[in-house]
Amino acid sequence: MSVDVEDRLEAPHLAHYVSQAPFDPYAIDAMAPGQERYYLAGQWKLMWWKLRRHRLAVVSGALLLLFYLSITVSELLAPYNLQTRHTDFLYAPPQAVHFIHDGRFIGPFVYGLDTKLDMERLHWVYTPDPAKVEPIRFFCRGDAYDFWGVLRGHFHFICPAEGGTLFLFGTDRLGRDMLSRIIYGARISLTIGLIGISFSFLLGMTLGGIAGYYGGWIDSLIQRLIEVIRSFPELPLWMALSAILPVTWSPVLIYFGITLILGLIDWTSLGRAVRSKLLALREEDFCTAAILMGARPRRVIARHLLPSFMSHLIASATLSIPNMILGETALSFLGLGLRPPITSWGVLLNEAQNINAVAVYPWIMLPVVPVVLVVLAFNFLGDGLRDAADPYH
Amino acid sequence: MLGYIAQRLLIMIPTLLAISIIVFVIIQAPPGDYLSSYVAELQSQGESVDPKKIEFLRAQYGLDRPLFEQYFVWLTGMLHGDFGYSFEYNLPVTKVVGDRLWLTFIVSFTTILFVWVVSFPIGVYSATHQYSIGDYGLTFLGFIGLATPNFLLALVLLYVANSWFGVSVGGLMADKFLDQPWSWPKVLSVLGHLWIPVIVIGTAGTAGMIRRLRANLLDELQKQYVVTGRAKGMSARRLLIKYPLRMALNPFVSDIGSLLPHVISGAAITSIVLSLPTTGPMLLDALRSQDMYLAGSFLMFMAALTVVGVLVSDLLLAVLDPRIRLHGGTTR
Repeated sequence: MSVDVEDRLEAPHLAHYVSQAPFDPYAIDAMAPGQERYYLAGQWKLMWWKLRRHRLAVVSGALLLLFYLSITVSELLAPYNLQTRHTDFLYAPPQAVHFIHDGRFIGPFVYGLDTKLDMERLHWVYTPDPAKVEPIRFFCRGDAYDFWGVLRGHFHFICPAEGGTLFLFGTDRLGRDMLSRIIYGARISLTIGLIGISFSFLLGMTLGGIAGYYGGWIDSLIQRLIEVIRSFPELPLWMALSAILPVTWSPVLIYFGITLILGLIDWTSLGRAVRSKLLALREEDFCTAAILMGARPRRVIARHLLPSFMSHLIASATLSIPNMILGETALSFLGLGLRPPITSWGVLLNEAQNINAVAVYPWIMLPVVPVVLVVLAFNFLGDGLRDAADPYH
Repeated sequence: MLGYIAQRLLIMIPTLLAISIIVFVIIQAPPGDYLSSYVAELQSQGESVDPKKIEFLRAQYGLDRPLFEQYFVWLTGMLHGDFGYSFEYNLPVTKVVGDRLWLTFIVSFTTILFVWVVSFPIGVYSATHQYSIGDYGLTFLGFIGLATPNFLLALVLLYVANSWFGVSVGGLMADKFLDQPWSWPKVLSVLGHLWIPVIVIGTAGTAGMIRRLRANLLDELQKQYVVTGRAKGMSARRLLIKYPLRMALNPFVSDIGSLLPHVISGAAITSIVLSLPTTGPMLLDALRSQDMYLAGSFLMFMAALTVVGVLVSDLLLAVLDPRIRLHGGTTR
């Protein structure tokens, strides 16, 4: 018996074989570089990747970026100064840009306007005069302006021909170039949405956060408050609030007053969203852990809870910016919002309130175009962001 | 169900009270009381003021008493149907308002009907024909409707009607009926004029409603009971109407709560552009001339209309959805 065992033990062994090839025990779990990148990517990166696939949202985002970039250099972009009046050209129609004159290509130019008084209807009639070829100048010296109210300059990207005119969008009641006014107006109209939304963001996150985190009577109090504010129709309440802004305030104060009013009413939907998310999230383990480690409510809300759905909040904020822009436009259109000399798209549209003027001089309605474009772009971008905010979905 | 109704009605009371406080604060916000500014205005125009009348008004509306009491005088007055005194028109607010409240109500109500009637078939079509050309086209139209502010649409419509068809579309009835008592021809005239503001006010709401109905229906269509129904050989149309559509209809009713403030907002500004004899233009005038009692009553009326509308929608929803009826909560 023992012999048998010894025999077997002494039998020639197979040489101990160890493969010399490098062995990675995690080989099965390894991911392709692409996959790994995806799994390791942070939330914001994932969001960006998802957003990038949403073609319309990207285009809208780019358009908005352009618009917002333009307000940094409005003075350079506009062919004329905001207040330059052309008393010879009141309510001049838009001038078309031509390239070919008499069958010859001479670059972009406009035909000068001939002015005639229509004695029957008592208004000026402007007709393009084919003899007056006025080439558009680029990177040129034009109307003086104060860049952002400080730096004096003359440089424009685009100017009319020397002694000529360039009213691509026509002129208004006082002979001011509509295009320039729209470009300047963007500065007010676009920033009012941003400032207003940051204000309403702050309010919504604070109040919604408090309501959702503490629950109980604080929650029901804030809930009732939201309900009360929401049962006011937005616009009439805005109108009433902006009507009580003191008349003696300077335009800048009025500007901030209006943004404050817009934000004061707009925060409710955001507050609701924050509250309902917090109610669910505060039961999660990581929140309990933070509390057990001694974090104060403020820190728990701001550090642990809010960031987990920040992307959703940003998406919904993007969706409510257009509402603010429209609100300002409507208020100014009614003459209750901003007042000249501050120029916003709504203030420009205020001129279009007179329906007779609109019928005879339809181009004073042109500020509508950027309003609709911006509102649409924000809507598309917001939709894309909302989809992208849930990257694993 | 009765308990639910009672509970909803009870909730309404503090809401309305809170609203009235906000409105009162707005009325009080401009510096000085309205009587003193009224007197100042009259004197600046060189008119004499009857001190007795001023005293009477001051006592009537409790302007000599502390703010707290003034609020109660105003509130109790409102409960009795006395909405204060319009200093611009020199008449009690109730007299100035006249038909306007009713017309506002009619315009808003018709608009909501319009939103329902239009968005229902379109929403169902978009959901059942997802990603078809029709769906894309309608979605695009909806987006435009959502993005174009009401007053601009009204302006454009005015312009188009004026320059292409040569008709004026402003107003809510033919001029000859303006100060007439209500009669059949007047009602017909109102109906003939009503469609333009209704379309203008309704577009944004309709666009939103279509998107929501489409999204809801799409969610429902992917659920298992639909697959089961289909597997059992139910016809597509019957299946759609019998189950998913009924589920998707819920927000149709519950959304009145969010739709109504928008409609009333839209109605306010649209009626200013179209110069309709509703509350909108008068509210604007009152705000411009700081005739705060008048403005306050309009604001109060619009908010109350919204609150009542939300109540009606909640009750309707409870009728439609037993989950709410039995648990006494809302789905929102």
